[in-house]
Amino acid sequence: MFNYYIKLAVLSIRRNPVLSALMVAAIAVGIGAFMTMLTLYHTMSGNPIWWKNDVLYVVGVDTWDPAQPYFEDRPELPPEQMTYRDAKALHESGIPTHKTYTFRVAGVIEPANKDVAPFIEMGRMATSDFFAMFDVPFEYGAAWDARADQTDEFVTVLSKETNDKVFAGENSVGQTIRIDSRDYTVVGVLDEWNPYPKFYDPTTGAFRDSEPFYLPAQLYETLQPQRGGSTNCWKMVNIADFDAFNNSECAWLQYWVQLDTPDQQARYRDFLSAYLQEQAELGRSARPNQILMATPAEWMEIQEVVGDDNRVLVGLSALFLIVCLLNTVGLLLAKFLGRAGEISVRRALGASRLQVFRQQLVECGCIGLLGGVFGLGLSALGLLAVKGMYRYDGRLMMDGEMLMVAFATAVLASIAAGLWPAWQICRVPPAGYLKTQ
Amino acid sequence: MLNMQNISKVYRTDLVQTYALRDFSLEVHEGEFVSVTGPSGSGKTTFLNIAGMLEDFDGGTYMLDGENVSKLSDNARSKIRNQKIGFIFQGFNLIPDLNLWDNVDVPLRYRGFKSEERGRRIKEALEMVGLGSRMKHLPSQLSGGQQQRVAIARAIAGSPRVIMADEPTGNLDSLMARQVMELLENINEAGTTIIMVTHDPELARRAHRNVHVMDGQVSDPAILQQPVRGRQAAVAEN
Ligand SMILES: Nc1ncnc2c1ncn2[C@@H]1O[C@H](COP(=O)(O)OP(=O)(O)O)[C@@H](O)[C@H]1O
Ligand SMILES: [Mg+2]
Repeated sequence: MFNYYIKLAVLSIRRNPVLSALMVAAIAVGIGAFMTMLTLYHTMSGNPIWWKNDVLYVVGVDTWDPAQPYFEDRPELPPEQMTYRDAKALHESGIPTHKTYTFRVAGVIEPANKDVAPFIEMGRMATSDFFAMFDVPFEYGAAWDARADQTDEFVTVLSKETNDKVFAGENSVGQTIRIDSRDYTVVGVLDEWNPYPKFYDPTTGAFRDSEPFYLPAQLYETLQPQRGGSTNCWKMVNIADFDAFNNSECAWLQYWVQLDTPDQQARYRDFLSAYLQEQAELGRSARPNQILMATPAEWMEIQEVVGDDNRVLVGLSALFLIVCLLNTVGLLLAKFLGRAGEISVRRALGASRLQVFRQQLVECGCIGLLGGVFGLGLSALGLLAVKGMYRYDGRLMMDGEMLMVAFATAVLASIAAGLWPAWQICRVPPAGYLKTQ
Repeated sequence: MLNMQNISKVYRTDLVQTYALRDFSLEVHEGEFVSVTGPSGSGKTTFLNIAGMLEDFDGGTYMLDGENVSKLSDNARSKIRNQKIGFIFQGFNLIPDLNLWDNVDVPLRYRGFKSEERGRRIKEALEMVGLGSRMKHLPSQLSGGQQQRVAIARAIAGSPRVIMADEPTGNLDSLMARQVMELLENINEAGTTIIMVTHDPELARRAHRNVHVMDGQVSDPAILQQPVRGRQAAVAEN
């Protein structure tokens, strides 16, 4: 019977092309607006490492200006990044299961193949734990081993994209790649990895792509690379003086730990206050109670990755969708009642009310499906527009989940819009329209 | 086959109430061809609609095919209409977007027949009414007489027990009317009971029995039990 209803729906949609187009358009516009906002929200509010949300912590200690807090509106928080000396000191702790200090650096990649021009990229320095704690997937090879975190080893991990560009996607483990006039041995190539939002470093843009190459943070002092993140200082320092800068109060690194048990978490917290206490006693500006230990989800919240206006927009677009649906209800009612004669005949020939009701709802579902298809097209345009408006350079696309949501919303919404008209039409008496003819 | 006792039907509006039928009693036997005549507004259509379970009635009892159908649910009535009754209307009432095949298919779909069976029945019915070669035509591409023959095909495709026809020739010229009448006679001959409302006295006479309705009642109660003649009489006696 379902096939029969589909066939009738297609006939009916074709018989009334203008009315059908109006309905499809109303649904498409509503779905388009709604899905644009929902996708934006979904992308921004997603937690790309939700499965480790309760064991990963971004760490901050407050060695900031005693005269004024780092965040004017949240004075209880330490700076969002860490000084080099604090990072090095904290890295001595054996409490975390994994720990890493990480930051962006610029590097010019010179492919061995002379046909590919050298290109400058923002890479990332980190310790090898970075890959383990963030479950970074590898296509070839693996992270460098712990030795490269202790002594200088010129090794690198490449993103899939870089490997595609420089090594044509081949397994490049063991090959050398030239970065900033130095040869590095490739030890690993990542699989597709682009967490959105970029939870491990939202300070340089929560919707940037992840870095094209990774180097051991151990090499920082040897390479003295061009840093590529944001740096915040509250004391005068000569940035050109490498050693002076590293010993300064400038905050510019991200520090992350993995603490698997509540006991570890408690002990690490104590460790951090003890460290700040000690620093204060050494005469440094330090607020021992100002500790940041935030999960990725909390961190996205603190960084205001998803603004309140995003939620408001989702709400508004949902309202707009409802308005579009109310329009559709009116159109459907007109359409269905225009067909009362046919329904009367069908009832006379033995269709039950339920069968008539179903026939109408299947038609609504088909209209919804069409509306969904066009709505998706509109939301693709909408997302492009959003990207343009906010000069947002990350990926903003509907994933499979959003596509499902779009179609389900379109179909369910139009079936909902059809309930009242279908109810009206299925109560047409079997004889009512036959007598007058 | 069909037995109505003291059926009454009132149409109420805010201002007036009209007795469309009052104390309407009629028995129709298996295999009979009954014509129903009467002046306009006398209640013929109302009777046929009630007999065909298209409309409710207010009083009396109605037995159809041995079953008391006075107080059935809407669902059960739909089922009976679908399985036991074939309708032919004055206005044909074909569905304009569906071709002949799909029009005849309508009651068979609700019947739940398998695809092959539907196909066989549709072909047979359309061939019977002489339109076997036009199955893909739309109703609008046919003359009135042809359209009414499609409606007849649609009415017989499900092998109903009884066909109810409300002025089936009312919109047709006399030649086409005669063709339709012959078709109905053939169907009746094959065993299907037919009740036909008409205001054409000649056609009315061709039925086994004529029932005259006046003011919502069968005008001559003697007609009520008048024996049917011919071959069908034997069937009725059984
Ligand atoms: N739906 C209705 N509402 C009100 N009055 C009706 C309705 N249908 C029929 N009637 C009235 O009932 C009476 C019988 O009508 P009908 O059965 O159509 O007569 P016929 O078919 O013999 O011309 C008429 O007086 C008609 O006006
Ligand atoms: Mg009438």
